[in-house]
Formats: sequence, C-alpha cells, structure tokens
Amino acid sequence: MTKASKKEQQHFERLLRKHRPNPPVLRNTVTAFITGGTITALAQLVMNFFLARGVKPLEATAFTSAVMIFAGSFLTAIGVYDLIGRWGGMGAALPITGFANAVVSPALEYKREGYVLGLGAKMFVVAGPVIVFGVVTAFVVSLLRLLLWGVG
Amino acid sequence: MARKRIGRSTLSFAGRPVIVATAAVAGPDEGKGPLGGEFDDVKKDRLLGNKSWEKAEAQLLTEVITIVMGKANLDQSQVDLLAAGDLLNQIISADFTAREFTIPFLGLFGACSTMAESLIVAAMAVDGGYADNVVAAASSHFDTAERQFRYPIEHGTQRHPTTQWTATGAGAALVSSMGRGPVITAATIGAVVDYNQKNINDMGAAMAPAAADTIARHLQGTGRRPEDYDLIVTGDLAAVGLPVAADMLKEQGLDLGARFGDCGLMLYDHEKQDVHAGGSGCACSALVFCAHIHRLLQRGQYRRVLLVGTGALFSPTSAQQGESIPGIAHAVEIEAGEVEAGEVKAGEVKAEEVKAGEVKAEEGNP
Repeated sequence: MTKASKKEQQHFERLLRKHRPNPPVLRNTVTAFITGGTITALAQLVMNFFLARGVKPLEATAFTSAVMIFAGSFLTAIGVYDLIGRWGGMGAALPITGFANAVVSPALEYKREGYVLGLGAKMFVVAGPVIVFGVVTAFVVSLLRLLLWGVG
Repeated sequence: MARKRIGRSTLSFAGRPVIVATAAVAGPDEGKGPLGGEFDDVKKDRLLGNKSWEKAEAQLLTEVITIVMGKANLDQSQVDLLAAGDLLNQIISADFTAREFTIPFLGLFGACSTMAESLIVAAMAVDGGYADNVVAAASSHFDTAERQFRYPIEHGTQRHPTTQWTATGAGAALVSSMGRGPVITAATIGAVVDYNQKNINDMGAAMAPAAADTIARHLQGTGRRPEDYDLIVTGDLAAVGLPVAADMLKEQGLDLGARFGDCGLMLYDHEKQDVHAGGSGCACSALVFCAHIHRLLQRGQYRRVLLVGTGALFSPTSAQQGESIPGIAHAVEIEAGEVEAGEVKAGEVKAEEVKAGEVKAEEGNP
C-alpha cells in the first residue's frame, strides 16, 4: 500500500503547510507594477512620437504595437526578456511585449527540430491558447452585443 | 530463497563492491557553487559548442564516463556493464552516450533518483558475480529538462519559491569487485509512494514521503539507528521536502538530526545563486556524491553514509491530465573501506559483514 489514505494525506498537508514558503505577493506586485508600468509608459512615448508626426490616432496605435512587438522579440532573441520576466512576472507577461516573448521563445527553442515540425508546429505552444480563447471570447461578446442591441 | 536480502526490501552486499573511482563534470552554475573546486571539469557554458542542449547533455555524460575509466586505469573493454540514465524522454542522453562505447548497457529511469539506482544495479551486478567493473552514471541538464517539463528557455516567467533548479552536469562511479575505496554495503530499493501531490512546482513535497519511507525501511532492514551514519543525504528534496521528510521520520521515532542533509541544498550558494528551493535533477545527487561525498569517504572523514536518491515520477502529459506525482527513493549505504576488497570474493555471503564497522556519528559532520 503505497498510495496514502485520505487521513495520511490530510496529515501530510498539515506538515507541508509548516514548511512551504508563500510566494512573496507584495514584492511580486511591486515588481510587476514597475515592470508593466515602464513598458506601457515607453509604449506611450512611442505613440506620442507618431502622433507628433501627424500619424492618425488609430494608425498610431497599430504602429506602436508593431514597435513594441519588435522590441519584445528583439529582447527575447538576445536573451534579456526572460530575465525581465523572472523579475517582473505578470508585469512583463501581460503587455504586448510579453506576447511577443511567448511566440518568439518557442520559435527559437524548437527551431532545432526543424522549420516545419519544430518552429512551425510549436511556435504557438505558449501563445496559442491566448489566441484561441481570445477569438472565442470576442465572438461570444460580439454575438451577445448583436442579440441585445442588433446591428449598428 | 534470496540469501542476500535482509528485511523486506534491503539488499546486503557481502561481496563488498568497491567504488574505486568517481568523476563529475559540472555546468557553469554548478561550478560557481560551493563544490566548484571539487569537480573534474567545469564547463563555461551549457551548450558546449553543440547545436542542441540534448547533444550537450550526452557530451557531459560521455566525458564523465571517459574520465572515470581513466581514473580507474581501465579500458572500456574491461568494463562489463554501463548502468546509466537521465531525465529525458526515452533516456536519450544515456542512449546516445552508450552509443559511443562498446560496453554492454542497461538504461535506467528513476527520475532524479537515477544515480542511486545505477549504484544499486552496479553493486548487484558486482556482488552477484556478474561483473567485475561497472560504470554507474547519471546526467541532467537545465535546458533539456526545462524545455521538456516547462517552458522554452527564453520565455520570461516568474518562478515559485518552491521550484527547484535542474542541475547541469553528469556524475559517474566505477564499481569494482576489487580495488581500494569506499564500499557499498547495503541498499534499499524504494517503493513508489503517492501522497496525491499535484503541484509540479513543488517536487520536494511530492518526493518527501518516498524518502521517509525508504529511509525508515533501510534502518529497519539493516537494524541500524540514525546515529550509525555520519551523513544521511537525500538527492533533491531541497528546502521544502527535507524538513517535511525529517518531520515524517520523527513521527516514526527516528530523529535524524543534523546528519540529515540534501544534495539539492549543497550544490549551490543559496545567498548568491537564484535557485529558489534548491537543486534537482539526476546530476544534483550525481555531482554531490561523485565529487564531494565520495572524496570525504575516501579520506575517512565520513565512515558511513546513506545516499538516498529521490525521484518525482511524472511526465508533462500525466501532470496535464491531472494525475498526481508519485515519488520514489532508493537508498545506498556506503562505508569508507579500509580492507582490500579483493580479499572477499564477490558473491560470497557473510552475514556478519552487515554489522561491520560500527562507528560513532560524532566523528565529524562537516
């Protein structure tokens, strides 16, 4: 009998609670705030740069996204973004630079297994679910809007 | 009837298989740790000029086996068996390493307990009279493990404080029927123990019950007390698993005290190196045992050590399907040998050998 009984498991969980450290939530919140804040402030600077040169606001957001995606990808490629992510946690993962990191890092990693079955097949191994459920959510929300308020 | 068994699951090696030589090749982070000066080689980077991490890991294992045979002055034609394993799917590091040699090969998987497992297989082969020289080896690599079990290397994620750092490196021990060196006197093969742990970021917790179970059964089988050992060292329970295992043993009336340690807490400098709960991986216990503990046994600073390799038996698939993480632990008892081991022929059973060498534990626990 090597599968512990319910009672043994409960007792073990009590032992474990005594020794298991809690994640440093306050520290993680602060570093995430600083990291996410810095990235988005930089993005705002980029956007202001485009706006100042007469680019239309809607186009300026697209340009800004492209610049930030490039920055995230570039920092991933030179091996810096994982360090930012380790320190900044969600603050580094949530902005579009984090999304770029989630796509570029598997692309780099699995290139060794070839361009088709490696890079091609596994590029979205991390970001794939975000895209799938992002699209599904967008569809559901649009459908609800259509049903409630109709077209227009 | 199995004549070489004592107790329900403990094996006694009356033929006194000797660990005549060990070798350890470490990665850069392991080299920066407190044992850095004790490795045979420390690599400057984790790729070693290869095109993939997997190739680098196989190279580490190949190099360490070559070094250990050189230290024992043996050619590969004189080695009867290679018992080796690693963490990767289909143990490819060991497979591709074995391809480099003409030595008969047994591939082993015991997750991070592989070094202890390979030592047991080696001791059984030698004591059973099936081999004169066996190489027992294990390897792991931070990046190969990371990409198999977690995320791509460059993916920026925050680690939980209970996560462990997979050691990069390889260790090998040459177990012989004759020669000088520390002697493997007994071993306990662990049973799989499952306390329904599901957190893949806390391997120490998943393995702690198995370690406690194996240690208790080993002490029961050999009739020894914790005081009979200078060091009882687990493979990679780390900062969470070790105190939990200690508590579980205390509840059974076994107080291991300060002699209870963990390779995962010995390999890195926890002040300066960001390894969270500690080291893990096959290389963790392989490096610490082959570079450090074996040397202290050779010098007689340790008289008797119990090495308890610990493994978390899961795959990314099993974890994603919601399976729990069962643990396993194998214990190997090693004594500083003063007798020429060749004097006792391999295969001869002498019951009194098991009691040989009663020493005080206070003699030094550096």
